[in-house]
Amino acid sequence: MSVPEPLDSPVSAEKMGQGFNLIRRQLKRAPKEFLIGGIGTVLYAVMTILSSYVLGWITDDILLPAIDEGEVAVGSLAAAAGAVLGVSLFLGMGITLRRLGAYYAQFRLQYRDRVEVTDRYLELPVEWHRKHSTGQLLANANEDVEAASFIAAPLPMAFGVVLMLVITAVLLVLTDPFLALIGFMVGPALLAANYIYQRRMRSVAAKAQRIRAEVADIAHESFDAALVVKTLGREDAEVGRFGERSDALRDRMVEVGRLRAAFDPVIEALPSIAVLAVLAVGALQVDQGILTPGDLVTFAYLFRLVALPMRVFGWLLGELPRAVVGLDRVENVLAERGEVEYGLAFPQNNGGASTTASGVGYMYPDTAHHDLSSGGAAVVNSPDSDRRGVDEITLNVQAGKTVALVGPTGSGKSTIAHLLVRLFDPDRGVVSLDGHGLVDIERGALAGSVSIVFQETFLFNESVYDNITLGEPFSPEEVFAAARLARAHDFILELDNEYSSVVGERGASLSGGQRQRIALARALVRKPRLLVLDDATSAIDPAVEGEILAGLAQLDTTVVIVAYRRSSIVMADEVIYVEEGRVVDRGTHEQLYRAVSGYRSLIDAYGQLEEPA
Amino acid sequence: MTTTAVQEEVAARRSQGAMHTIRRGLSLSPELRNGLPGTIAIALVATAGRVIVPVVIQQIIDGGFNGERVDMTFVVQMTGIALVAVLVTAGFTGWMHLRLAKVSETALSGLRIRAFRHIHDLSMLHQASEQRGVLVSRVTSDVDQISRFMQWGGLMLLTNGGQAFLALVVMLILSVHLGLVVVVLVPFIALMIKWFQSKLEIAYLTVREKVGRMLALLAETVVGAPVIRAYGVEDRTRVQLEEAIEAHRSSAVRAGGLSAAFSGAAEASSAVVVAAVVVVGTILAVNGTTTVGTVVAFLFLVQLFVQPVQMLGEAVNEAQTAVAGWRRVLDILDIAPDVADPGPDGVELPHQPIGARFDRVVFRYPRPGQSAAQALAEPALHETSVSIEPEQSVAVVGETGSGKTTFAKLLTRLMDPTEGSVSIAGTDVRDVRFASLRDRVVMVPQEGALFRGTIADNVRMGRPGATEPELLATFDRLGLRDWLDELAEGLDTQVGERGSALSVGERQLVTLVRASIADPDLLVLDEATSAVDPATEVRISRTLNELTSGRTVVTIAHRISTAEKSDRILVFDHGRIVQDGTHSELVAEGGIYGRLFDSWRRGTT
Repeated sequence: MSVPEPLDSPVSAEKMGQGFNLIRRQLKRAPKEFLIGGIGTVLYAVMTILSSYVLGWITDDILLPAIDEGEVAVGSLAAAAGAVLGVSLFLGMGITLRRLGAYYAQFRLQYRDRVEVTDRYLELPVEWHRKHSTGQLLANANEDVEAASFIAAPLPMAFGVVLMLVITAVLLVLTDPFLALIGFMVGPALLAANYIYQRRMRSVAAKAQRIRAEVADIAHESFDAALVVKTLGREDAEVGRFGERSDALRDRMVEVGRLRAAFDPVIEALPSIAVLAVLAVGALQVDQGILTPGDLVTFAYLFRLVALPMRVFGWLLGELPRAVVGLDRVENVLAERGEVEYGLAFPQNNGGASTTASGVGYMYPDTAHHDLSSGGAAVVNSPDSDRRGVDEITLNVQAGKTVALVGPTGSGKSTIAHLLVRLFDPDRGVVSLDGHGLVDIERGALAGSVSIVFQETFLFNESVYDNITLGEPFSPEEVFAAARLARAHDFILELDNEYSSVVGERGASLSGGQRQRIALARALVRKPRLLVLDDATSAIDPAVEGEILAGLAQLDTTVVIVAYRRSSIVMADEVIYVEEGRVVDRGTHEQLYRAVSGYRSLIDAYGQLEEPA
Repeated sequence: MTTTAVQEEVAARRSQGAMHTIRRGLSLSPELRNGLPGTIAIALVATAGRVIVPVVIQQIIDGGFNGERVDMTFVVQMTGIALVAVLVTAGFTGWMHLRLAKVSETALSGLRIRAFRHIHDLSMLHQASEQRGVLVSRVTSDVDQISRFMQWGGLMLLTNGGQAFLALVVMLILSVHLGLVVVVLVPFIALMIKWFQSKLEIAYLTVREKVGRMLALLAETVVGAPVIRAYGVEDRTRVQLEEAIEAHRSSAVRAGGLSAAFSGAAEASSAVVVAAVVVVGTILAVNGTTTVGTVVAFLFLVQLFVQPVQMLGEAVNEAQTAVAGWRRVLDILDIAPDVADPGPDGVELPHQPIGARFDRVVFRYPRPGQSAAQALAEPALHETSVSIEPEQSVAVVGETGSGKTTFAKLLTRLMDPTEGSVSIAGTDVRDVRFASLRDRVVMVPQEGALFRGTIADNVRMGRPGATEPELLATFDRLGLRDWLDELAEGLDTQVGERGSALSVGERQLVTLVRASIADPDLLVLDEATSAVDPATEVRISRTLNELTSGRTVVTIAHRISTAEKSDRILVFDHGRIVQDGTHSELVAEGGIYGRLFDSWRRGTT
């Protein structure tokens, strides 16, 4: 999901306000961690300044007297070494604590937001999931959460640098107005240079990142279609297309180089120039007896030490807009309400279940994908013709029967199937199981009675066994029996580790038909009283599918099957024919084939694909 | 050899490999070879700016301060000269950045494009589908890694290395004794850094692993939302996720803590050097061996020397990643294209119905890095001889791994045989000009491979320069005009990335039209297996009938009905043709084909 507003726009007052709100929220959410970072950064700031004073003191009180007197006391040497080591020890501690606090805070924030966001994902209805693209939801729980927390990294240091600058300013003013003048000229200039540099760099880097993604897209598309490229002799055209984007990426990267060429020398030279100015002006003050050589050393050193960390402001201000956008999306997800509601009814639990729908209407919210940001516009997604609403659906399936839902693509068959298992609730009308409205059934109870197998199989990257049980305590015998019924047992035994074989991401190590059979076993092991098969056998060989359906007919389970093959349709006790979201007619296959012309032509079309021409 | 000996051997070869890779890489990218030495020289001048200030401090303290009085003329002169030097070196810094970006990015874009071209030139052998993602990273992330190194880590290595070197030189010039104090102490710091680095490496590896696990679970939660809801396993998912998120947090905090401790320790250890310089410097100054200015200058120089050493580990890490990426890109470029175009000397195929012949063809899949001729694996295709007549339609049937796809790839010269020869229209395919071969022989892959652009763009790939009326006429001839007209933009409809805006069946239609306008004499079809809605399926089969008539057609068939319609069926099993004949002959014969037919018939009646 690309971020709609350009990140390189100047920071407005409103955005600064949002930035402060963000910082406040994050400080509140990880107070202990930030406190550690705060203590560290104070130590860091004070000790940094002290370290330059130690050098001045060594120059004035140890080095110069020793030269004058021609000898040096062991005590003074030990004091000097002790002072250097002592200050550095505390400085080291400060730096460690500062960074430790920053890391603790950053990852504590990430942890909290991530757990809360994913908790919302698990609670919000499937409808809400459909409104948002997968990529967007993933990005929200990953990149957005990360962006919002990343502000914790520079925050303690930025605070320390502010402290350091204030102390330095006060010391300069107290010590010498001329030196102070140098500081007040160079400091803000350095700040401004860092800030502008970061902002412009971000804008160029974002552009380069976009082109980098385009280069990868072309490579993907081109290599995926390598066969076509080769057989049509399109190599030159492809190289031209790829080369053009690759060179565009080169131009952006050269622009990055140009920016660095403009700003790096300034940021590097400014502190040196300041130190030279301190030396020239300071030498005059020493000549007039206002400053000691040690003061000169102190401030020359201090200017170097303070200049470098000032980059952190550029970093912080650069990070802020991205963090604000990320947090906005995170908070919108956290604020989403409308969890699925449950009642207290508990359906009886033996034998097949009867299911009914009366006057059920359902419309998908819309096919557009919604942006998670506040005020973000809906993004039109590619047309989703397979998914359509239904209206005035009234049907009843008696316990133990097998019913086929048949209809052309996009007629609403899957929608009906999903409503029967309460994947979402209808806008109008009631769906019930054994006479209980689905919305009145207790949480978790419905899943104990009803199983659905989806068109698109989803396997978790776990063992075959865990994919079937999903963590429920079924006995191995029950699992094997379900797998046998789903005609999965035999091929599972041929896998490397049999039931312990891990199936890979989304079941990648298995074929489509194998995945579908495992998904089927997952449903069957639960001994559902209502089994809904949403075109769940499309990748299974027709012969095997026939065996499976014949096996199901032996059970007393009620089966609703969204079917595409004539062979599976004819096995149903009854067929419900759906067209354009409405039930057109119902009856046995023979009855419908005779009476309904739409049904007849559809079945003929299926037949043409299956039968010898 | 003992285990440690093996490890040493590997390490030695690896370090040798790095230099070797760099030499190879430079020889392939003349821009880098010619441009880098100049850039390095500029970078050295640029870093000189950083050691100027300490030298001036030494000069002013030693030469300008005489007791209570200060020689202001001298001070102003010195700072003036230094100011000019600082400004000049700043100019060099800018020049260095600009030049480095231009030189390296131009070279890398060239490398990227060359690798892209080369991957397309390699035979299908090296483009197996499971390797595609890997091939994409050869022209993207691997090259990006080199670029990142050039712009950041490498630059840091260069400037910081220059800075440390110059600081050391200046220290030794100012005072050999005091300089040696620093030189003696640095190895201890280096050891500590190395210790932290190795710990950090492991810690960050763990973090990456935990991130991977967390992201995978996150993706499952989002993509699998309907299953999680339908099966009521929210709580189980929640527990797994929380564990993964916590594991990521604690590993990240551990790595962060280590890194924080490292910066603290580095700070404290450089203080040891400073303290040593103060003590020894004061004693030397009292002895008159060195001056106050030199001691003070050393306090600055030590910082300039120690800082780069601290960053060294990070830069070396990045360098190793970059070299590894570079090596992978070069390795791809090193694979010689084993299917070579005979070029202008090659034979031109006539535009007429053509037949094909396999003469004792053997094919073995080579291991990565081997050419087909060196392959020793079990043959994917055993000695196979078969002859296909002009205008014959042949269905190739067999299980996955039976050799039928290998057969098709050899026929279209996507690969060359290990032994024997494949000829088309009487000419060995190895002697046919690529342009002519690709013109006369067209393969239509299983999943309609479309490119971002319009339908017209995609169809025109079959015959570049085809006019709009010609395109429309082709749609008409194939009976697809009504389908085209139903689309909102007709020929100008955008098909989206990889054709995603069209349905699977519609994508197949477009590829068939593309094959039709190419007007090949030999058509090789890989039949699609994915389910398509019946209306589109009817269109596809009509289009196929139209497309295949009057051409020699070889179809890799997944459906018995397709095989049945063909003039001839070749049944493959374990790399051999085991049955050859018409549908009715083979059904009568039984065998593998008979079994396939039986199981299919049982399923549909």
